[in-house]
Amino acid sequence: MSGVLARYGLRLERKRILLRALFKQRELQRRSDRTARIRPGDILLFSTLRNEALRLPWFLRYYRALGVNHFLIVDNGSDDGSAALLADQPDVSLWHTAHSYGRARFGMDWLTFLMMRHGHGHWTLTVDPDEFLVYPFCDTRPLRALTDWLDASAVRSFPAMLLDLYPKGPTEARPYRPGQDPTEVACWFDPGNYTIARNPRFGNLWIQGGPRARSFFADAPDRAPALNKVPLVRWHRRYAYVSSTHMLLPRGLNLVHDDWGGEKVSGCLLHAKFVGGFAARAEEELARGEHYGRGREYRAYCAGLAALPDLWCAWSERYRDWRQLEALGLMSKGHWA
Amino acid sequence: MTTLGILMLCHTALDRAAQVARHWAAEGCPVVLHLDARVGPAAAARLQAALAGLPGVRFCPRRRCDWGTWGLVAATQDAAAVMLGAFPSVRHVCLASGACLPLRPVAELRRYLDERPDTDFIESVTTADVGWTVGGLDLERFTLHFPVPWRRRWLFDRSVTLQRRLGLRRAIPEGVVPHLGSQWWCLTRRTLAAILSDPRRPVLDAYFRRVWIPDESYFQTLARRHARRIESRSLTLATFDAHGKPHVFYDDHLGLLRQSGCFLARKIWPGADGLYSGFLVPGPAETAAAEPDPGVIDQVFAAAALRRTKGRPGLYMQSRCPRESWENGKTAAPYSVFEGFAEVVADFEAWLGQATGGPVHGHLYAPERAMFAGGATTAAGALSDSATLRDYNPQSFLTSLIWNGRDRRQCFQFGPRDRQEISWFLAMDPNAQISVITGAWAVPLFRAGREMAQIRREAAALQQTETAHLEVLRSRHARARVRIWPLASFVADPIGPLQTILDEISPRARHRLTLAPRLVDLTGFGRFLQALRNLGLKPLRMGDFPVDRPPPAAPGRLGRTSLAG
Repeated sequence: MSGVLARYGLRLERKRILLRALFKQRELQRRSDRTARIRPGDILLFSTLRNEALRLPWFLRYYRALGVNHFLIVDNGSDDGSAALLADQPDVSLWHTAHSYGRARFGMDWLTFLMMRHGHGHWTLTVDPDEFLVYPFCDTRPLRALTDWLDASAVRSFPAMLLDLYPKGPTEARPYRPGQDPTEVACWFDPGNYTIARNPRFGNLWIQGGPRARSFFADAPDRAPALNKVPLVRWHRRYAYVSSTHMLLPRGLNLVHDDWGGEKVSGCLLHAKFVGGFAARAEEELARGEHYGRGREYRAYCAGLAALPDLWCAWSERYRDWRQLEALGLMSKGHWA
Repeated sequence: MTTLGILMLCHTALDRAAQVARHWAAEGCPVVLHLDARVGPAAAARLQAALAGLPGVRFCPRRRCDWGTWGLVAATQDAAAVMLGAFPSVRHVCLASGACLPLRPVAELRRYLDERPDTDFIESVTTADVGWTVGGLDLERFTLHFPVPWRRRWLFDRSVTLQRRLGLRRAIPEGVVPHLGSQWWCLTRRTLAAILSDPRRPVLDAYFRRVWIPDESYFQTLARRHARRIESRSLTLATFDAHGKPHVFYDDHLGLLRQSGCFLARKIWPGADGLYSGFLVPGPAETAAAEPDPGVIDQVFAAAALRRTKGRPGLYMQSRCPRESWENGKTAAPYSVFEGFAEVVADFEAWLGQATGGPVHGHLYAPERAMFAGGATTAAGALSDSATLRDYNPQSFLTSLIWNGRDRRQCFQFGPRDRQEISWFLAMDPNAQISVITGAWAVPLFRAGREMAQIRREAAALQQTETAHLEVLRSRHARARVRIWPLASFVADPIGPLQTILDEISPRARHRLTLAPRLVDLTGFGRFLQALRNLGLKPLRMGDFPVDRPPPAAPGRLGRTSLAG
């Protein structure tokens, strides 16, 4: 009985999120709408961003190369030319909003609406501009090879854990040029410093750890950022992300792990957070207080970066390719061979 | 001479199908295409236009081909009839799909068949020997009724269960011995014509129409009635994954596919430009004699199936999080836990490090911090020594440590002073080798020389913790390799226990301990225990330490003891 109630509760929760997104659409202004060019079967990328002109050139180049067909982007009040840059791209549809990021469930309300409207029936990738998807065979097989295989295997969602990349030495020491591969600047990561817990309510795994937990949250590990993500989903207009892209409803989409000893297929999101003016950004975001938990994370960063400017340690691993991440057990080929 | 004809069953990726059909035709092999009736008129017209004007290409009437249904067999029959009627010189007919790709020059395949003019290449195995059916139905494919399509899985299963319970059976027609096999075959004209013109065909067709997945059994069974020489194997490399879905080939398989020497492979991913441009080239026969050898590819796929079903032992990650007792290895490698040794043996960690060659950590679960080997603040995998991070998830901490350092034997110290949450996990893990000297926790108290009243309280707490921990280790659920020595008997003969432990850690090393480790000075320990007793605390599990004599066989200050041998 309680199981039925819990399931009904989740159903209500999903409907609430969807309704909320419908309501929040009035905050979006269309800037350049090229969605008419989206063709059936296209792979779509959804993102909310603010002042990312520095990172966008590489971001667009990276995902175009993987085979993303169309970008649907919400610009949350950039003033660094991001909007102009995006409006010029033939495969980008752009919306603008100056409303509160925090009060739009950290941008997810806006994206949920756009996904409801445009994502239905497509494979959708929801990532931040500093997240770069790596999946098995990504150096030889385009994203469509993966989505075709997932379709054939009747799998609707694909997990990719956040893998924080950091430079060796102070995060500010090495400048980043637009269009540069961020792994040239920040190429180190924690190879085996992660904790896993189950989230019984949504059925997902809750993964924490990495350099952020180690350096900024050592005295409050429960507050360390979640690293589990499900960024690639064969979308249906009734689906909804619950908290960032960490989990979704219906909860079956979160069952991306195997409980009986086997390995399912998974990837990683290379997280180039500690690249290019991170300290200034952390201070700005802290002042805005728009981020999760009123920028708690950024407060910790500002405290941490002042005291401990180097995330690198003797056991940090230098990023090479997906095969390395697979061998380390951070991601898996599953039975995709 | 057109001696080889190709039947192609197409339903998706029609541009690729057309490309392959053109290749066959250009190499002198007539092609008959069947296009699934579900394909829309525009796409069908495009395919026809792409192949228009090619003399060796025909289309046969379109049928609807749902997976595992009779439509696939009927379509094959139609296509075969067109092939046999329109191209009288064809001697071998090969059934392929739109996602099949020839891997060797067509001339080689033709020569291979020319050398075996009477041989039918069709995998055809009796239901008793088949072994690959996913879903568990083999002979029952032929004896049950299947009124519900497979995609309605729940109803399908119910209907199967119901028939089993009621004992419902269909009769197999006389003269039919059920055989199963890959649906991709290469039959001789003689056999194929005999199957199509069998006088009993109406009866047989009516029967097979209601067999489950007839495309894997119709020709495989009937070829047995008519063929002169059957080679029970397919010339097409087509394998299935752990879930019964066909494996797909991509550009990065090019080397493997070339090496395999197979004549055809399926399925090819439609976007695999490299494979299509690499293999669809006209060429002379080079290695006609070579037999196909898909061994290497089979290995790759077998490894993938194993990864999907068993996974890597001891790995916990985003897509592998086994429930308790399904871990296939709770941890990644054997490791050793030492309880009480560092308290009794001077410089035990350094000594053990020399003996095992692997990292020897201190008390990993110490309340202050994780004491990594060499006093480091981080360990393999970038694990932090922070106690709060460790205690946030003690089990992840241990499994990560063992996984990250799985190439070397990990050893660490443990004791009643440490955080105890990990106790159960250690006891349940068959990879854990746990060696305990009971009562050794009293030695640091004895040596600290503090006031007895303070010590008494601490000793009571430690002893209680030790009792609880030993109960866990002795539980009937425990799976670890546990050895327990009372303090007195270890002190009396330290070499014996240490030799046993080291032998188990590296059984092949067979090094005899000749140099005993130095024990800490226990003169007066008996008096110390008596003082505890006098304060009302009864020390348990220490063994016998007489009050006024030095401990047995450890006379006074223990120096270096040599062991003969």
